[in-house]
Amino acid sequence: MERKPAIVIRKLSKSFGKLRAVDGINLEVYEGEIFALLGPNGAGKTTTISMLCGLLRPTKGQANVAGFDVEKESLMVRKSIGVVFQQPSSDDLLSGRENLKMHALLYGMPSEGREERIDEMLRLVGLVERQHSRVKEYSGGMRKRLEIARGILHRPKILFLDEPTVGLDPQTRQHIWGYIRSLPEKEGTTVVFTTHYLEEAEQFADRVAIIDRGKIIAIGKPSELVSKLGGDTAFIKAKQPQKIASKLRSMKFVRSIKVGRNCVQVRVGDCAKNLPKMLQALEGVESIELRPATLNDVFIKYTGRGIREDSPEGGYWERIMNSEKGR
Amino acid sequence: MGYLQGVWAVWLREVIVFFRERERVISAIVTPLLWVLAFGGGLGASVQVQGMSYQRFIFPGIVSMSVLFGSIFYGLYIIWDRKLDFLKLVLVAPVPRSAVFLGKMLGGTTDVLIQVGALMLIGIALGLASPEAFIYAIPSAALLSMCMVSLGLIIGSRMSSPDGFNLVMSFVMWPMFLLSGALFPLDNLPHYLEFAVLLNPMTYGVDLMRFAFFGIARFGPFADIAVLLGIFLAFAALGSKSFERMQV
Repeated sequence: MERKPAIVIRKLSKSFGKLRAVDGINLEVYEGEIFALLGPNGAGKTTTISMLCGLLRPTKGQANVAGFDVEKESLMVRKSIGVVFQQPSSDDLLSGRENLKMHALLYGMPSEGREERIDEMLRLVGLVERQHSRVKEYSGGMRKRLEIARGILHRPKILFLDEPTVGLDPQTRQHIWGYIRSLPEKEGTTVVFTTHYLEEAEQFADRVAIIDRGKIIAIGKPSELVSKLGGDTAFIKAKQPQKIASKLRSMKFVRSIKVGRNCVQVRVGDCAKNLPKMLQALEGVESIELRPATLNDVFIKYTGRGIREDSPEGGYWERIMNSEKGR
Repeated sequence: MGYLQGVWAVWLREVIVFFRERERVISAIVTPLLWVLAFGGGLGASVQVQGMSYQRFIFPGIVSMSVLFGSIFYGLYIIWDRKLDFLKLVLVAPVPRSAVFLGKMLGGTTDVLIQVGALMLIGIALGLASPEAFIYAIPSAALLSMCMVSLGLIIGSRMSSPDGFNLVMSFVMWPMFLLSGALFPLDNLPHYLEFAVLLNPMTYGVDLMRFAFFGIARFGPFADIAVLLGIFLAFAALGSKSFERMQV
């Protein structure tokens, strides 16, 4: 299937003084796609989005959004996009409805059908009852919902969401993802979001770019990225981990081994089949914990560290391994 | 069409917000009143200027002061706006930056004019101004305010943090106020002072305001208006540029 690119990025860089926040990235996002920029805090995700929206000027390189150059045709770019910022950005002193109305005016929406569209958006995000309350009386989740409603009010071709669910409770998160996922089909919108939640990228994105220190280190479908790694991870607790490790090294299906003080972390291809073989060959195993590979493993493979310092991925053993590494 | 709608949207927001924060109106009126009553009344007990009580004499100056402070504070407020993501929303909208500037400028001027109107009504009640002066004072205040809000927005859009706020107070606002003739007549000034006074845009605003009250102006109303208009046009051009450069 031939797909048209909605965003084309070529060698895009942004420096703040000596710091290279974004370092020569190349990227294409296709129409109707839900695309995730995944990376730890400070990786350059927000800076990238800011450049695509025309809020920051690139230091080098260029980007094309909805067919327009972000520097030379900024106004046309801004007409084609909707943006939901990371920090709450709705106007506290205005009501929810007034916020949407102000937005409609700023986007030059014709008065015909404007109120109906606002009603429709308020229904979509479930804020009809509270539409006349001032936003400062809203909870964090309601505010975010309002901001998403505003982001899509003017029917943008491309919607940028910067950490759309940060700080929200799981229920609200699910709710919000419900709308976002329906956008490509309902409104033909291309969605680009940033996140440092692995689960969100894995679950909701058609494709993911993993970004670290201003560079894209891997890009593709989440499932492909994970399967390319090959295999799941087993954490083996044992009194003599060195002995176990040396045995494991001779096995064909073992992809990589890390040894801690009293445990061994191995990546194993086709774990379901090979685990019994492994257990047969090993002596002195106290316990074993299995974890299927995730995007975090992809991240670790390329950077040597987890996507979040306090990574909740995996279980107890992984945390022990990580803390031993830190010593 | 789209341009004017953008200006309108930005202006409308500023005015709605202004009316919802009534405390700001009250505090904006209390300070000038204190000047008139305490300073004007206290010093005025022993001084007469140009054949009138000192309190009467400085009232137009105090009105100009409230325009100056109100306008520049409003303009500088954009520093805090930039810290929040609210301003980003406006900047990411498909509205030219000059329209955002104009909307903000007109919004600030409207706010200030409402404050000036309230202050003038109190002045009339206290016998410090005539109803006729009210009619002339409002457009004079509007012109001065447009200049000063623009200046505030220029400084605010170029400052990266609120830390420089005190510097602006000490090096822009207070000198402009004290060297404007708001508190003293411009006759017989020492030379070094006269030079500074003539360079100060605020001088012409105060002069125009005094004309609105008493029908006498040192430079004449047309000269004052011409100077202020020139300053406004220059500031508006510079302000639009500053908004275009502004990154958040």
